[in-house]
Amino acid sequence: MEQAKKQKSPIPGPEQDEAGTVLPAPASPWKVAYKELKKNKLALVGLFIIAFFILTAIFAPLLTSYQPQSINAGPRLQSPNADHWFGTDDLGRDIFTRIVYGARISLMVGFFAVTGALFFGSLLGIVAGYFGRWIDMIISRIFDIMLAFPSILLAIAIVAILGPSLQNALIAIAIINIPIFGRLVRSKVISIREEEYILAAKAQGMKSGRILIHHVLPNSTAPIIVQATLGFGTAILEAAALGFLGLGAQPPTPEWGSMLSDARQYIQSAPWTVLFPGLSIMLVVLGFNMIGDGLRDALDPKMKT
Amino acid sequence: MSRKVLDVKNLQTHFFTDSGEIPAVDNVSFHINEGEVLGVVGESGCGKSVTSLSIMGLVPNPPGKIVGGEILFEAGDGGKMDLTKLSGKQIRAIRGNKLSMIFQEPMTSLDPLYKIGFQITEGLRKHRKLTKKEAHQKAVEMLKIVGIPRAEEIAYEYPHQLSGGMRQRVMIAIAMASDPEILIADEPTTALDVTIQAQILELMKNLNRDKGTAILMITHDLGVVAEICDRVVVMYAGKVVEQGDVRTILKAPKHPYTVGLIRSLPKLSGRDERLYSIPGNVPKPGSVQTGCRFAARCEHVFDRCLTENPELLKIRSGHDCRCFLYDSEGGAPHEPAATASSQKP
Repeated sequence: MEQAKKQKSPIPGPEQDEAGTVLPAPASPWKVAYKELKKNKLALVGLFIIAFFILTAIFAPLLTSYQPQSINAGPRLQSPNADHWFGTDDLGRDIFTRIVYGARISLMVGFFAVTGALFFGSLLGIVAGYFGRWIDMIISRIFDIMLAFPSILLAIAIVAILGPSLQNALIAIAIINIPIFGRLVRSKVISIREEEYILAAKAQGMKSGRILIHHVLPNSTAPIIVQATLGFGTAILEAAALGFLGLGAQPPTPEWGSMLSDARQYIQSAPWTVLFPGLSIMLVVLGFNMIGDGLRDALDPKMKT
Repeated sequence: MSRKVLDVKNLQTHFFTDSGEIPAVDNVSFHINEGEVLGVVGESGCGKSVTSLSIMGLVPNPPGKIVGGEILFEAGDGGKMDLTKLSGKQIRAIRGNKLSMIFQEPMTSLDPLYKIGFQITEGLRKHRKLTKKEAHQKAVEMLKIVGIPRAEEIAYEYPHQLSGGMRQRVMIAIAMASDPEILIADEPTTALDVTIQAQILELMKNLNRDKGTAILMITHDLGVVAEICDRVVVMYAGKVVEQGDVRTILKAPKHPYTVGLIRSLPKLSGRDERLYSIPGNVPKPGSVQTGCRFAARCEHVFDRCLTENPELLKIRSGHDCRCFLYDSEGGAPHEPAATASSQKP
């Protein structure tokens, strides 16, 4: 039994030899990056902020006894007090409740928009970078054209075609982010393709498809992770902007951007109606940007060799 | 006569660029006998690496393409094939299996994201269908063979945890894991410091002796050649200019280029001599259309060199040289031996 165990032992971890001394854990490049990240205070603050918002979104019903849509939960335009922590809006809705439920929407938009953009962007980027030539030409020029538009303008145009709704805003945000990921992946694929270990893998008789999936892609992930994290922040901001313009979530959905838009006429008489949604947007975006910057430092290729 | 494991005949690998067709390898022929170490020597840009990539079928295409000649490979089981005629699938079955290659830069030849043990058997798992456990055992065994201490642990480490010399040993372990017929080594010691160089050469020599693997050693370092090779092919501007066994080439070189290369080596005795160097640079492949390609840099150049293309002449059995100085039909205005002494420095 003991013998069999020892024979197996291939899964690394803090292994122990017979004497019981802990062998140095294999420093996978990812683990090294994680250690680097842990040293970065700002990134940890960002991580904390985002974790806070995620928990808020998950446990929204437990945090408040009101419903986000129910009007006249209290008197209108009431300033923050013990019953309504963030005050109430012009329809007497509890702003804290709406912020808490709004976190669900914003994080969801961020997640799906980034996932969509990442998926299609990577696919196009890989195709362009790997096959090159005219395929690359076509895809790259399309990216260039998309990037030539101010992104929010392009998003507005797409929503205008699809019709204003949260779902369409999400699609629009995903689309405008495709070229950002696409170009990143393409440039990474092109540079990694020329690495000597790719030639070495070919010399071992590997197929190009396998090399692409097992060697080119994994080595391109670091900047993609960074971009995805930063993209989260941008996507949430863009969703709020579309919401503010009435092109995203439709009332009475508690979306931060549309909350801002609804409340803007009360900015002087009831500033809390604007302050809290605005603050939430700022904090979430800040949080993602701080993590993104931390990840960029941690995954810096210079630290790898 | 021993069996030829690899017989390259009139290999032509051209690159098609915007500025025209460039014959990087131009009618190159040589062979490797079973269990032999063949050195291919020449300056940068003379076609050494392209020759090795041609054998592996790894010439980047586009822009490169093998436009002529054949590369006959004879496996131990008697099967004989022309590597230039194989399909992608067929050549992949040979690469990393019967034909292995190691590269110049050990620091970048390993994928930074995978553990050493995994990388050693990545190719082998594909060719031999090993289980995970067998593969791991094989990896550790190979690491021991190439002289890596703590092989069990190193198998679980990542490339960035190893030094250059260790990584080159790992590369050799990868290449040797499949027990190849031929190991192609493209300047395997260039990026290493001298003591590590000696160790790596020693290792390769041992593998050659113990396993009988033929080695094609691409190098520009005549020290490496003297150390390990049995026979030498000297290349210049895409052509073979001289070939013969290592003793002959080093002691009695015939071609002025080889002579120049050997004279360029620093000698332990010469104290205040200025180190010799061949004047000029390797011409861009394809730029010399008529005449001998070395003519512009040759000390013994005469009229015929500029107008006619020299053929590879047999000096004696197993020693060939591409130079009119040795053409029995004459044409040389004077004996080369005499020229060498009367030549002004």
